[in-house]
Amino acid sequence: MTLKTLMAAAAVAMSSTAAFAGCAIDNTVPLKSLSAGFEAWKAVTDAMGECGSFEASLDQEFREKQPEAFAADPSLYQIGGVANSTMIPLLNAGSIRPLDDLVAKYGQNLTPNQLIRVDGKVMAIAMMVNAQHMMYRSDILDDLGIAEPTTWDEVFAAAETIQAAGVVDYPLGGTFKTGWNLGEEFVNMYLGEGGSFIGEGNMPTINNAQGVAALETMKAMTAYMDPEYLVSDSTYVQQQFQQGKIAMANLWASRAAAMDDAAESQVVGMVTMSAAPNGSAAPASSLWWDGLVFASNMSDAEAEAAFQVAMEGIDSDMVAANNDAAVWLIPGYTPGKLAAGAAATAANGAAPYPASGPMGIMHTALGNGIADYLNGAKDAETTLADIEAAYLTAAKEAGLVQ
Amino acid sequence: MKFKIFAAFIGPSVIMMILFIAFPLFSVFKQSFYLTQPIYELMDVETCTPGFITQSCVTETQSIPKLDEHGEIITQTKFVGLQSYRNVLELERAWDALSSGNWAGFGAIDFWKALRFTLTFTLITLPLVLGAGLGIALMINNAAKSVRGPVIFVSLLPFIITPVIGALSINWLFRGDGILTAAIEWYLQRDIAMFAQAWTIEVLMMLYRVWHVAPFAAIVFYAGLQTVNQDSLESAIIDGASRWQRLKYIIIPHLMPLIVFISMIHLMDSYRVFEEIVGFSSQGHVISLQWLTYDFLVPDQAGNRSISRASASAMLTMIGIALLLVPLLRRTWRDHHGGH
Repeated sequence: MTLKTLMAAAAVAMSSTAAFAGCAIDNTVPLKSLSAGFEAWKAVTDAMGECGSFEASLDQEFREKQPEAFAADPSLYQIGGVANSTMIPLLNAGSIRPLDDLVAKYGQNLTPNQLIRVDGKVMAIAMMVNAQHMMYRSDILDDLGIAEPTTWDEVFAAAETIQAAGVVDYPLGGTFKTGWNLGEEFVNMYLGEGGSFIGEGNMPTINNAQGVAALETMKAMTAYMDPEYLVSDSTYVQQQFQQGKIAMANLWASRAAAMDDAAESQVVGMVTMSAAPNGSAAPASSLWWDGLVFASNMSDAEAEAAFQVAMEGIDSDMVAANNDAAVWLIPGYTPGKLAAGAAATAANGAAPYPASGPMGIMHTALGNGIADYLNGAKDAETTLADIEAAYLTAAKEAGLVQ
Repeated sequence: MKFKIFAAFIGPSVIMMILFIAFPLFSVFKQSFYLTQPIYELMDVETCTPGFITQSCVTETQSIPKLDEHGEIITQTKFVGLQSYRNVLELERAWDALSSGNWAGFGAIDFWKALRFTLTFTLITLPLVLGAGLGIALMINNAAKSVRGPVIFVSLLPFIITPVIGALSINWLFRGDGILTAAIEWYLQRDIAMFAQAWTIEVLMMLYRVWHVAPFAAIVFYAGLQTVNQDSLESAIIDGASRWQRLKYIIIPHLMPLIVFISMIHLMDSYRVFEEIVGFSSQGHVISLQWLTYDFLVPDQAGNRSISRASASAMLTMIGIALLLVPLLRRTWRDHHGGH
């Protein structure tokens, strides 16, 4: 993964000096971008590089650099890649510019769906959506006569049958690595139960029946998972799938293409993408988007150039060449069977990830606190009460709670 | 030496020390008593998330930081006394858990959980590092002259490896069905998950640290072994002292200052155990004090970080190291001054 990222970065660095092949404009303003390093960003920044004078940093730790780099005057990067949660610090600091004028001038090819408006002003251009959804080995489920599971109870029934048949090491996989991943699993489950995280005055509101239900579902999952679940992140679950060790997992849509990558995967064509299992209120998933933002601290000439180059990066040609790299929001995208899971999850009414300042603190508190429940050190109510206490301490320190 | 020359020699390093050690330390010390916060105002904000056909928008009341005329976030800094220390130590919760005899509850509070592991780790690895270091040193010393060079090189290798890389390699050897786990499973004919419970991870971490640090102890002891008085050793042999008696009565007393030195370095180092936690991604099971400081300092996705608590936690770690060193420092003091 890291090697792949490095090679991607090297490839981008080289391509930026190469011929201006697939780009309609000839850019002469030096531009830099900072974004995450996964496949879709590589495709988009490669396409931007074709316009010339462009340098991309693909960095998995981008979120730690971005707020400071964009607050500098002039900003160290003109173009930024963000998701709905990582946009918050930039938005709060006022270091990204409203884009209405640029969209009017150069954004003819954008759909209204792509324009991320905050308080009526376009602040970001979305390019793709991402969500955790069900992936399962259709060959195994067909063999055992199991129908596509649509609720967690059905998932557990299927897992029971698969375990009894002994066809894989573990029936279920899960991105339960302590920290952000584990927090995100709870967020998905809790949204599936219809819960809300933050209430009046930024007070926490997770210690309730829905919270307990979410925790109990997570605990029930662990019975069918690799016992080392607290160290398993998305890449690990993806590899478990590719090596035929697991049969089902609620995994990121951005990982779907890897299942059919013949170079890595032993299960090409055997993994079906379906909607995230339903909790009692909604699908146990949250919708994310990734997109582009532009720094406030740069000249208007730079902003025009940056926006034009970015539009070239997310045009239909790029999508045509990288159709399966992501669930694109860009015109020209034909949703294949790999996108079916994300589409069905959204159609079933999955909630957007409730990104906000307080939610960032809540996510961290959840990611650090839930392991104690799964390990059996605390019961569900105590765990939730302790997480609320940890949230309150941090939120008071941040000045969000008086 | 003239004072001027002395000052010219020592000046640059004093300035460096002030700039890079004393000043940051003072700044951390100060920050642990202050709290810097943005000033928030409540606003109704409409935010939209793209769907597959249309967007879904919600309007919520959110806390948005106020900006000044230059577009910077307005912050206020206030003195909070020991509040950050209280937040780290959570004394009230700890006392409640202890007085009701709830050890599990006490051990689940971050600071005390981290302190428990840090102390166990430090105190268990210390004798192991000293023992293994002395063993390797004796082995090198007894090796034939012709192979001594290669033996020294090989035994130093673990110390040369970057700590995080070393921890990661051990992690990969044992994670899931890693080579070594698979080997043990084959030997014992049972399924083993090294990363599924706390104690196996702790054992792996300690073994890793001993493997990593013992060569340093070994090389220091090896240097010390070269200065052992050969006459005393020879007369001991004539008196019929066994190998063990020579070690116990001549070599170890001779090496004592070095043993104290290694112990001090090791206590300071391993009390700040951090690479193992990251390398073994053990946060779900065990955490250390240094990791706790790091966790306070890392911003979440919304950009929040707990600088004040991180400062308090860093100061507490320093106090912890100082306390651990007291017995050894007292011993050195006695050796230097007590004799007269």
